[in-house]
Amino acid sequence: MKLTLEFGGGLELLFGSVKIHEVAVPPPEGETKVTVKHLLLWIRDNLLKERPEMFLKDKSVRPGVLVLINDCDWELCGTTEAVLEEKDTVVFISTLHGG
Amino acid sequence: MGEMDEEDVVMRRISKLKKESVREEMVSRFARIRKEAREFREQLAFQEREEEAENADIVAGCKSDLDGEAQCREPEGQQFTKNTKQKEGDLKSQDPEAKKQEDRRLGSCGMENGSCAAGVFSSGHSMGADFIRRYSRQLLVPSFGVSGQKKLSESAILIVGMGGLGSPISSYLAASGVGRLGLVDSDVVELSNLHRQIIHTEAFIGQPKVSSAASACLALNSSILVKEHGRGLNAANAVEIISQYDVVVDATDNIPSRYLISDACVATAKPLVSGAALGLEGQLSVYNHKSGPCYRCLFPVPPPPGTRQRCSDNGVLGVVPGIIGTLQALEAIKLASGFGETLSSRMLLLDAFSTRIHMVKLRGRSPNCFACGDAPQISAANLHEFDYERFTESTLSEEGPKAQELIPVNDRLSSAELKKLLESGKPHVLLDVRDSHEYVISSLPSSLNIPLSLLKERLSVLQSAVDSVVSFPDNPQEKEYPGLQDVGSSKEECSSVVPSRENTSIYVVCRRGNDSQKAVQFLRSEGFSSAVDVVGGLESWAKDVDERFPFY
Repeated sequence: MKLTLEFGGGLELLFGSVKIHEVAVPPPEGETKVTVKHLLLWIRDNLLKERPEMFLKDKSVRPGVLVLINDCDWELCGTTEAVLEEKDTVVFISTLHGG
Repeated sequence: MGEMDEEDVVMRRISKLKKESVREEMVSRFARIRKEAREFREQLAFQEREEEAENADIVAGCKSDLDGEAQCREPEGQQFTKNTKQKEGDLKSQDPEAKKQEDRRLGSCGMENGSCAAGVFSSGHSMGADFIRRYSRQLLVPSFGVSGQKKLSESAILIVGMGGLGSPISSYLAASGVGRLGLVDSDVVELSNLHRQIIHTEAFIGQPKVSSAASACLALNSSILVKEHGRGLNAANAVEIISQYDVVVDATDNIPSRYLISDACVATAKPLVSGAALGLEGQLSVYNHKSGPCYRCLFPVPPPPGTRQRCSDNGVLGVVPGIIGTLQALEAIKLASGFGETLSSRMLLLDAFSTRIHMVKLRGRSPNCFACGDAPQISAANLHEFDYERFTESTLSEEGPKAQELIPVNDRLSSAELKKLLESGKPHVLLDVRDSHEYVISSLPSSLNIPLSLLKERLSVLQSAVDSVVSFPDNPQEKEYPGLQDVGSSKEECSSVVPSRENTSIYVVCRRGNDSQKAVQFLRSEGFSSAVDVVGGLESWAKDVDERFPFY
């Protein structure tokens, strides 16, 4: 499944300082759907360059990271259970505090 | 070092000293001129006010002759003005000073009902001629107009943080005619603030930020009220301060403040405009407004300490908080004057690198929220008991992470000891493990730069440096610090005589002495047993050894 992944707010540093990644994520074996839960594991195993604890915690994203599916808060779409569709854009953004 | 080299060094130092003294002279002259200009402006404003009062007297005199006529022309309008003014008078405090301030704010001439110059031309509102002239371009915006301006002039807005975000926020809110502005900050103005905190000027370096910002706001608009809260916001005073205002703007730079301000806004039912900027990115939203979330709904658990970035470590391009702060001022104006659609339940994300702005839809208020949910745990009565610093594991300031102690202190060097060792001529490699973009800002002479993140893969570079070094009798203080102009001139220039790995020490430095410990731990595990790091890093070198070192 073709997806656009974006990392911001400093998270891109964990992905070779690249913000936008066009990826193809295969569904888990024996299944047809790709959930966000599956996507997180796929990112951990295929995209993450360093320090996984800076991105993930307990099978979800770490506190302070907002997940947006097609510019919509993932809380409104079912968080880790949200089912992704072809060409969806998933944004991971770390909250900023500077001022 | 040859004679020519020595002469060169001396000439360079002389030229540097000259530049420094010229600069100092310019700075003090500039500060003097600014001060004079300010005094002149104040004098001018005072004279103008005097003249206005005189004119008003004349107009009032003429008015008594015209009274009958005016009442014939606009009896209803006149009556309405009187009624409104009467009502306002009832509402306002009887304190004569407050009355005077109120009159100044609405541009009236400070006279009793009906005798004001503006009253002659009244059309159902109590705005004076100055008020109308000053805000005319805003009054002409149909959706804002007279009612928006009046509401704004009667509103009170609190801005927490007088930094990069607070600068445009306070400037625009003062200029736009917010009735009362509260400014919160406990810091003083520093030179490294000025590139982005544009409300502060060189003349205010070392002064409290709230005083600097208040004087700038009043210079821009002397008809508003500005209150300074110079002790900062904490759990003990947050509810008391915030309850004096209608709208709160979070322009702080740290996590505990963000939770504190959000909770206090929920406890006192105030809408909150929250903005943040770092590097080339910005974020902005409105919390605790209508059915939208509060900060805690969005971030119920604070991020772990290791994941936080700060302007003083990660940098920030000055214009980025400028953009976010300006948008915060817009949201605050809309909330105070009650027009337009705010960013409640939405977040604006700015990527300044590629000039992209994302608008995203956020969740609504969470019924389970600790602060604003159906069974809230925090209220105006108990907020002061909540330990925000412990909850977020950080302090209510932009303070960095505490100095780590991965290696016992007696197994490390102080910066003074490093100086002695460098001067002794003992064979060594001076390894700087900061990122290369920091290394080029300023560095110690004859240091080798291998960033901590690349140390593993570039061990061979270090090995060959160690192999090629025997003695290094230079006194680093006799050299200019490499930086901006001469990038890399001293990099890997350790002169070679006879390789001697056994007696070559590796002194490891970084900015503040945390990464250098990690580097030493790694190097020792790789067999570089003579690696030792410097407590406090270059910050300590600049503080304790040589003030001339351009620390950043």
